[in-house]
Amino acid sequence: MAQANTPAPARKLPGSLDTNRRLDRWLSINPDGTVTLVTGKVEIGQGILTALIQMTAEELDIDVSRIRLKPASTAFSPDEGITSGSRSIQESGLALRHAAAEARDLLLARAAQKLGVTLESLTVKDGVISARGGGSATYWELATPDLLAREASFDVSAKLPQEHVVVGTSLERIDIPDKISGKPSFVQDMKLPGTLHGRVCRPLGPKATLQAIDVKEVEQMPGVVAVVRDGSFLGVVAEREEQAIRAERRLARLAQWTLGPALPANDPRQLLTLQAEAETEVISSKGNPDTGGAKQLSAEYTKPYIAHASLAPSCAVAQWEGGKVRIWTHSQGIYPLRGDMAQVLGLPEDHIIITHAEGAGCYGHNAADDVTLDAVLLARAVPGRPVRVQWMREDEFGWEPFSSPMVMKLNASLDDQGNIVNWGHELWSHAHSTRPGGRGGVNLLAAWHLEKPLPAAKPGNPPLPGGGSHRNAIPLYDFPNQKVTNHLIRRSPLRTSALRALGGFANAFAIECFMDELAEAAGADPVEFRLRHLKDGRAKAVIERVAQMAAWKPKEKGDGERGRGIGFARYKNLAAYIAVIAEVKIEEEVRLTKLWGAVDVGQAINPDGVINQIEGGMIQSASMALKERIDFDRATVTTRTWDDYPILRFTEVPEIEVALINRPEAPPVGAGEGTQGPVAAAIGNAIHNALGARLRDMPFTRDRIVAALSA
Amino acid sequence: MTLTLNVNGKTCAVEADAETPLLYALRNDLGLVGTRYGCGLGQCGACTVIIDGKAVQSCDVPLSAAAGKQISTVEALCSDTSLHPLQKAFIAEQAAQCGYCASGILMAAKALLDTNSNPSDADIRNALERNLCRCGTHSRIMRAVKRAAKELRGER
Repeated sequence: MAQANTPAPARKLPGSLDTNRRLDRWLSINPDGTVTLVTGKVEIGQGILTALIQMTAEELDIDVSRIRLKPASTAFSPDEGITSGSRSIQESGLALRHAAAEARDLLLARAAQKLGVTLESLTVKDGVISARGGGSATYWELATPDLLAREASFDVSAKLPQEHVVVGTSLERIDIPDKISGKPSFVQDMKLPGTLHGRVCRPLGPKATLQAIDVKEVEQMPGVVAVVRDGSFLGVVAEREEQAIRAERRLARLAQWTLGPALPANDPRQLLTLQAEAETEVISSKGNPDTGGAKQLSAEYTKPYIAHASLAPSCAVAQWEGGKVRIWTHSQGIYPLRGDMAQVLGLPEDHIIITHAEGAGCYGHNAADDVTLDAVLLARAVPGRPVRVQWMREDEFGWEPFSSPMVMKLNASLDDQGNIVNWGHELWSHAHSTRPGGRGGVNLLAAWHLEKPLPAAKPGNPPLPGGGSHRNAIPLYDFPNQKVTNHLIRRSPLRTSALRALGGFANAFAIECFMDELAEAAGADPVEFRLRHLKDGRAKAVIERVAQMAAWKPKEKGDGERGRGIGFARYKNLAAYIAVIAEVKIEEEVRLTKLWGAVDVGQAINPDGVINQIEGGMIQSASMALKERIDFDRATVTTRTWDDYPILRFTEVPEIEVALINRPEAPPVGAGEGTQGPVAAAIGNAIHNALGARLRDMPFTRDRIVAALSA
Repeated sequence: MTLTLNVNGKTCAVEADAETPLLYALRNDLGLVGTRYGCGLGQCGACTVIIDGKAVQSCDVPLSAAAGKQISTVEALCSDTSLHPLQKAFIAEQAAQCGYCASGILMAAKALLDTNSNPSDADIRNALERNLCRCGTHSRIMRAVKRAAKELRGER
């Protein structure tokens, strides 16, 4: 009887439709035979727009060529927060799938009424509704503006997977033709009439303040229209781009800065010295974490600060007119950005119109939002004129938010059968989320340098199950006893934020290397050892598949030069399953010769798009594991150019083979981030397989191999 | 000062300082925005154009050095009606993610194919060594270059 008093749980609509319920926020069906699709998610090179078009066309039964996309804008788009975490298919895709299915239902009902027939007698082909006994009507004549002027209903049935004809096919990306033809494709390419160019002269170090500068000389340089100084924010606007660059260089020579407190040594283990300010939380506890066994092992792994290192330095355009500002940005979250911007400018949100324009791949929270405030502040000095600001390469490396360094200490016990009976994982990290939209402050670089600075919001750490620093820290393996502890140190010497997979990169790396260390101690084959500790059938399937692709031989041995290793994770423990085998050859340095990957993302909306994302993720992760580290001295970041921050080049990238285990019946999940940990671990394990030396600190540089071999 | 450039077969006058990098004149004076800024130091290849037959980083070439030479940019690859075999191959292989590096890579690949009609994997890797791709589409790009080479040789 008690149940009768419990209120039924509120019903939720799929994805972002739940928070943006009006159908006409998402779709409009136009008299000219087109359908306009509006999404709050943005293209960052991952091909999301093509996938969303497929999901919408599928439910509407129209040709994909009829769909038009509007760039996301705070003027009209659904608020879908941030495009991140490989969630766009689940959030925007499922919303559009449902909205389109309902639109089709509404159109069919109108057609039935108009033609005086039953719903059952109707079929749709590319927007033409035909009745069995003759008679037809088109979407384009039936869809009056009131059709979708309503909230979505709960009782709508989208198609069954076996009915799909567009979803599940590898439709070519809609944006590639323009991008390979040199057409204006990026915010960097925008040219509004009368555009001026701006550049910002950044402080000498993260906490440095501007002591003095005489800007007269710069104001008289050719082309200079305005020099803007507000506290320690210093910038210039000029007629021509190269003039702005020259003027900024002159400003840099003239400015006198006072350095802030010295930065600590560049060592991830610095985190361990900050234990006093750590927020410590046991995030998983099972059985008795003090259980012993026949063998005990422990190991410590680290990852340094790394950069997004987008190929395009960040860029934005802003134009003030009558106390309002229009902004074009490649930000991943136009609404959160608008909120922060309103606080900085002291303007109501509706005076700020932010429209998304594509940038290059960003792989997380880079400087996209920061450059937007730069453009707005510089444009304020020249009302009416659009100002385009693109950061210089040295600004992008020096000032983007980095992925946090991390330390992972793992320990485990093996019983006399060689099974893991106890597992421990402790991790130390700074925050992985300092995007705009935080609480208690503003997360925009220039806002902290103003005469009246705004405080930064409290660095965030997304909660479990997805998690931030603790993403993928809880093993998917089935151990009888375990304890996982997260030590979060929010304050960081250098700004940290979201980069592909957040803490999942380092946690999965550590878990998967440690699994190999344990397998060796147990005298077991790494593939068999993983399978025996897993219950999840889909997890086992990707591991078995990749082993089959690579013709893995149980307990195969490296030859002192060549070796192979495996890595596995289920992204966030709730999304894509990915298993990877890496083959390395150790020459002067580690040469990655081949990567195999097996992937299960549930229903693959666009299989080739998924494979493209997986291949790209594999190469990027390999690059990070093998080469990447941000360097700094006591004053500032010293990594400033691609020479300082090498990434994998054409002569270094491995051969890649990826297999997709398609499960049309399973919900679709994102593909962008899941490869990060498994690839790094597979390479670490391959190096060990080749040399017998274990590298536990990324990146796996030549010096570290030499050190590991002589240890 | 006025400098005369020969870009994509046309003679154009540009009003700028002689030391201005060619990249900015292409993008901002001639509207050829397909050539892109990535580093300004000739390290990433996003701004690669072909000057007198050679792939060159346009961020690193002052206008004074570019004047009088034959410059071609990605915009000249295709005609109004048809794409260059390299561009068709990039579409066929879906050899892009964000596409910011694509123009420079296409031009470096064109410079290769202009002198080597049947490049090996190693030839392609070496020709693209100065071009960075951060999204990791390298293997697709290499497949696309091979596919284009085949089409240019008249094979199918």
